[in-house]
Amino acid sequence: MTVLRPRDAAEAVALYAARPAALPLAGGTDLLVLWTTGALNGRTVLDLSGVKEWRSIRKTVTGLSIGSLATHAELRGDPAVRREFPLLAAAAAAVGAEQIQNRGTLGGNIANASPAGDAFPALAVYEAAVVAVSRKGQRSIPFCEFFAGVKKTNLAPGELIASVVLPYLETRPRRQLFRKVGTRAAMSISKTAAAGLLWVGPDRRVRELRFALGSMAPTVRRLRAAEGLVKGKRLGRELAAEACELLRRDVSPIEDARSTAEYRLHVSQNLLADFLLGTQGSH
Amino acid sequence: MIAFTVNGRKRSFKGPPFKRLLDVLREDFGLTATKEGCGEGECGACTVLLDGKPVTACLVPVCQAQGRKVETAESLGRPGRLNPLQRSFQENAGVQCGFCTPGLLMSASRLKKTDPEAVRVGLAGHLCRCTGYMHIVESVSKAPSPLRERSTAALRGRRALARRKR
Ligand SMILES: Cc1cc2nc3c(=O)[nH]c(=O)nc-3n(C[C@H](O)[C@H](O)[C@H](O)COP(=O)(O)OP(=O)(O)OC[C@H]3O[C@@H](n4cnc5c(N)ncnc54)[C@H](O)[C@@H]3O)c2cc1C
Ligand code: FES
Ligand code: FES
Repeated sequence: MTVLRPRDAAEAVALYAARPAALPLAGGTDLLVLWTTGALNGRTVLDLSGVKEWRSIRKTVTGLSIGSLATHAELRGDPAVRREFPLLAAAAAAVGAEQIQNRGTLGGNIANASPAGDAFPALAVYEAAVVAVSRKGQRSIPFCEFFAGVKKTNLAPGELIASVVLPYLETRPRRQLFRKVGTRAAMSISKTAAAGLLWVGPDRRVRELRFALGSMAPTVRRLRAAEGLVKGKRLGRELAAEACELLRRDVSPIEDARSTAEYRLHVSQNLLADFLLGTQGSH
Repeated sequence: MIAFTVNGRKRSFKGPPFKRLLDVLREDFGLTATKEGCGEGECGACTVLLDGKPVTACLVPVCQAQGRKVETAESLGRPGRLNPLQRSFQENAGVQCGFCTPGLLMSASRLKKTDPEAVRVGLAGHLCRCTGYMHIVESVSKAPSPLRERSTAALRGRRALARRKR
């Protein structure tokens, strides 16, 4: 097995262009599990961990730019992430446990494209963009368009994730929520994970709702139907119940070893109802 | 060649760059305190400190240790000269078969807070099949704090000792 170890972004992109079959490596928490099974035998690995430009978390005029190599521990502890994007900080703190958070990166989490990626619901409601680079240049992909299916992304051959950009919210949401539902507090793969943001006007009508669910479809889903329904209306039990009914339209939960589809649907409807009625969520 | 520091000593490794740090420590350097449980990052038995942070050595390819600092349970006390954290495990029955202990000690030595709740969260990445965890949490929360200063002090002491021997 050959390991290529670029020292900067330009070198990484050039090496990848020359060896498009190489496997990018960041923190290795997904990749090394595969190594043990022998699946990487004979493969060339492109170790990105030396690319310093992709480590940093930077404030720009329009948003926060998070390098793809930022670890979950860094996200969890970063003052700007905690202040501006607390749901992402909370999601990072829910990934695996301490040892995994110290190694696993945001870029690896996204590129891995598991339906259960814990950062995804937060990135979906913050309407993040993934910045992909290749030898041809760079492009920005809206987060919700980044995934092509289970374990599949829309990265083109030769493209690497350089950073993720989160645009600042114009006003503070009235209510926000991150919840991961799993079998145990640490290390569990989510049965479902939710992130929500809610803005309410002075007339007590909903200005905007953004709600996303993970593990409820092959890729993360925004609840567009429910979001549209509540817009401009006053929240109450009936409206919440209607929104929960509409939730089905945007998801397609699966049965698997971790849960039944019915359980997943039920739990996510409860999460949405609690959020809309203010019986859960902070700030 | 991959060069890095293990327990304050410079080491180099000439084998395959994707060998797991866990195997390099055990097979090439003879440092067998670090254990392999699951080999998938789930159990924490293989936890070592990489630049001071707990990581599971079964998920670290040795090439990523290049130029960095690795600490294993061998950097703590020795039989007869246990460090305060180890002594607390002994006194509070935090050890039964002992397989999970080296990894736990490494994570515990980095905890900033040692109230039982903080210990539970901080050590959530470790499985123990024997103790039922109660005694582990107790061992850590009853150990003299700060744990971190203690273990680096112990390391410094051992390094000084090594220098004197030389
Ligand atoms: C015990 C355990 C528990 C876990 N728990 C959780 C959990 O609770 N929630 C969760 O979401 N995940 C969890 N994971 C999965 C994993 O830790 C995360 O997805 C992590 O963020 C992956 O990042 P990494 O840097 O380690 O990825 P790597 O293993 O280095 O890479 C993962 C994939 O992404 C590709 N890749 C990496 N970086 C880039 C890049 N910059 N550009 C293009 N492709 C890239 C790699 O080729 C590979 O296919 C867990 C893993 C383990 C072992
Ligand atoms: S052996 Fe590494 S975590 Fe279990
Ligand atoms: S003491 Fe036996 S596994 Fe923990």
